[in-house]
Amino acid sequence: MSDGNQGGKLKVVGQRPIRPDGVDKVTGRAQFGADFHLPGMLAGRIKRSPHPHARIASIDTSAAEKLPGVKAIVTGADFDSGASGEVEAGEGHTAIREVAQNCLAVGKVLYVGHAVAAVAATQPEIAAEAVDLIEVTYEVLPHVIDVEEAMAPGAPLLHADMFTKGVTPKPDNPSNIALKSVMGRGDVAGAFKSADVIVEGRYTTAAVHQGYIEPHACVASWGADGQSTVWCSSQGQFLVRALVAKILGMPLSDLKVIPAEIGGGFGGKTTVYLEPVALVLSRKCGRPVKLVMSREEVFLASGPTSGSVMDVKIAATKDGKITAAEMMLAYQAGAFPGSPVHLGCMTAFACYDVENLALVGYDVVSNRPKVAAYRAPGAPMAAFAVESALDELAQKLGMDPIDLRLKNAVKDGAKTVYGATVKSAAFVETLEMVKASEHYKTPLAKGQARGVAAGFWFNIGGESSAAVHVDEDGGVTVVSSNPDIGGSRASMAMMAAETLGLPIERVRCTIGDTTSIGYSGSTGGSRVTFATGMAVVQAAEKVVADLKRRAAETWGCDLAMVEWADGVATCADPSKDAKPLSMKALASKSAKTGGPIASEVSINAQGAAAGFGVHLCDLEIDPETGRSTVIRYTAAQDVGRAIHPAYVEGQLQGGAAQGIGWALNEEYVYGKSGQLENASFLDYRMPVASDLPMIDTILVESRPNPRHPYGAKGVGEVPIVPPLAAVANAVSHVVGKRMTSLPLSPAKVLAAMAKG
Amino acid sequence: MARLTTISGRVGDFTGGLTHFDVEARSVRALVRELERRFPGLGEFVEDQMAIAIDGEIFQDALTAEFGADSEIVLIPRISGG
Repeated sequence: MSDGNQGGKLKVVGQRPIRPDGVDKVTGRAQFGADFHLPGMLAGRIKRSPHPHARIASIDTSAAEKLPGVKAIVTGADFDSGASGEVEAGEGHTAIREVAQNCLAVGKVLYVGHAVAAVAATQPEIAAEAVDLIEVTYEVLPHVIDVEEAMAPGAPLLHADMFTKGVTPKPDNPSNIALKSVMGRGDVAGAFKSADVIVEGRYTTAAVHQGYIEPHACVASWGADGQSTVWCSSQGQFLVRALVAKILGMPLSDLKVIPAEIGGGFGGKTTVYLEPVALVLSRKCGRPVKLVMSREEVFLASGPTSGSVMDVKIAATKDGKITAAEMMLAYQAGAFPGSPVHLGCMTAFACYDVENLALVGYDVVSNRPKVAAYRAPGAPMAAFAVESALDELAQKLGMDPIDLRLKNAVKDGAKTVYGATVKSAAFVETLEMVKASEHYKTPLAKGQARGVAAGFWFNIGGESSAAVHVDEDGGVTVVSSNPDIGGSRASMAMMAAETLGLPIERVRCTIGDTTSIGYSGSTGGSRVTFATGMAVVQAAEKVVADLKRRAAETWGCDLAMVEWADGVATCADPSKDAKPLSMKALASKSAKTGGPIASEVSINAQGAAAGFGVHLCDLEIDPETGRSTVIRYTAAQDVGRAIHPAYVEGQLQGGAAQGIGWALNEEYVYGKSGQLENASFLDYRMPVASDLPMIDTILVESRPNPRHPYGAKGVGEVPIVPPLAAVANAVSHVVGKRMTSLPLSPAKVLAAMAKG
Repeated sequence: MARLTTISGRVGDFTGGLTHFDVEARSVRALVRELERRFPGLGEFVEDQMAIAIDGEIFQDALTAEFGADSEIVLIPRISGG
């Protein structure tokens, strides 16, 4: 196997071929979730709760059922009431029962927009009219939106059977705190006592949505023979199959899930909202059903990531060595447990070698939509607090902020608070490259300021499958088991081409459905290029071994004498008159040398290496409006080896853009009645191209991952971790006071400037 | 005996709050069995819902992974992502 340290010899990996999905996407030919049509297909619509918290007294569908064109109406009672167990999805294990109740409420509605019923009809207008005819009688209950209010004694309880986990002995009373996570080491109190400098503060962030362009959409068709099919846009066809089958109590083999092209996910498509509803509608009426969310529904009823409240306190020596830190993190989970607060605790200080640490995290439910994963779940909020506090520490000590981070940066061998040992880390190199960059050396104009922040993400491996098929003309098709949300078709094809010795133009990659390729975990956790890429390389290596065997048999020589390079087999035995055999020549004779040339590999990949990022943000603020304008931005990252550097740069740029929006404008705004007041892109302000400068990138490739054949590390999540603090630190410097509450909207900034 | 630590509050629900203890095992499979024997339900929970750091390297779904008599074992929440 390749060893991950062969950069100089590579011919395809590290190049920038044209993206294989580009033409389809820019010409409108790509098939997204909403693009599928089937004969006899019905249009579905969802009836949603107008209340943030209410008991469902009754649902009367009689009037809707009488409407001509209505073919099926379902409620939560139509799901398998025995659905139980858990499935690993997005931010962690999720109870099937809760996923089901999030798709269609049972007993209570827990947020405005919670689905209570669904209709399938011959026309979308009829379905919409039928939804209005469904009469739901509610007993309205007190609600709670804010995370601290939800934690307070006497707060309205969402789940009467929920007792805080992670507390010994088990509490006597139910609570909105689903889980308490505690981790730490050393003598924190002692270190604070002997500290030269202490900084501390309370930091808050708002709930923000992943903001994918494509709303959730699916088509489901229940077969008369029990074989059903779902076409949908998701981050994992196997995850959709598992969730839908368990919610509906059907065997996995009875359900085929075909992945559509995906218009962004960022973690938010690692669960289901529509698919089981569409399939149960189809089961009821025997016709295919399409469900598509509107943008308003996306905001109301699909998962944002958590808003948070965090207290952080850091102790240091006068020369800048951090001696201790303590932190409290409270994350909104939404209507059901499962915020990424444990990941916030694990990542908060992962960039730094701190001997004494104490962290406590709270997973808190409230009357908001259930959170879903969002790039590096839990890490950006924690990094916002820690990196802001470090900026304040640097100011107090009169130190360069990068020097402060260099003094405390983790290096290989350091022990993280969560038990892992740092390996193959290039955090120090990343900091040094940023410090040496032209950007960092460029003086700022009057009224401008610069923010620096760092970030960490674990990256993961896990179960993946891939197949490599050699066509009769010597071309190759790679079948990946993961939906392509970040360019993985290109990187899979490139790794296969590199291993087979072919030009990239001879290799195509496609995404298999649940019946045409082995199981894979979802596209998430920055795992696909690492784990599925490893499966692709192993499958390609098996193909090479097979090709060499066929060549040896053709020449009648010893297998050990066959060499494979640049897509051609050559014989090293001088006694043989053996002409080189190309891939094309060997493929054309495959029927005569053993049949089709193909290989499929399924693995459980271990050895993913963590990644580190360092961002620089220059901005200025209009003193009249308080509007912040980012004028220059650089994102640097420890990427192992970039398989397709342009895609890696795109990941860094996209993460930075999303993080800038999180820092400056994005938030879920709730009124006192518990209504979400900005459920549209008009009022939920994401950055657009004209808001941002070119995001410059620095790819640090000094430490390829030795556990991956071409040195790849995950790259998709790290870049959203530093921007919140990088932006906030710059704003704080312009304003002249520490800005601790995101988003840093013009009104908030203007108020801070007015106070001086 | 390998030294086991947990950073997951949920493990404490099974162990009565115990977060550090020694275990007689040399593989993740044996560890899971031993945890189930000592704290009923914990073995299954660890197998299904936890990752394990063995001497600093994180393993997920790796029952066959082995470790030494003096290894450091840390039970951590499974890491996923977006």
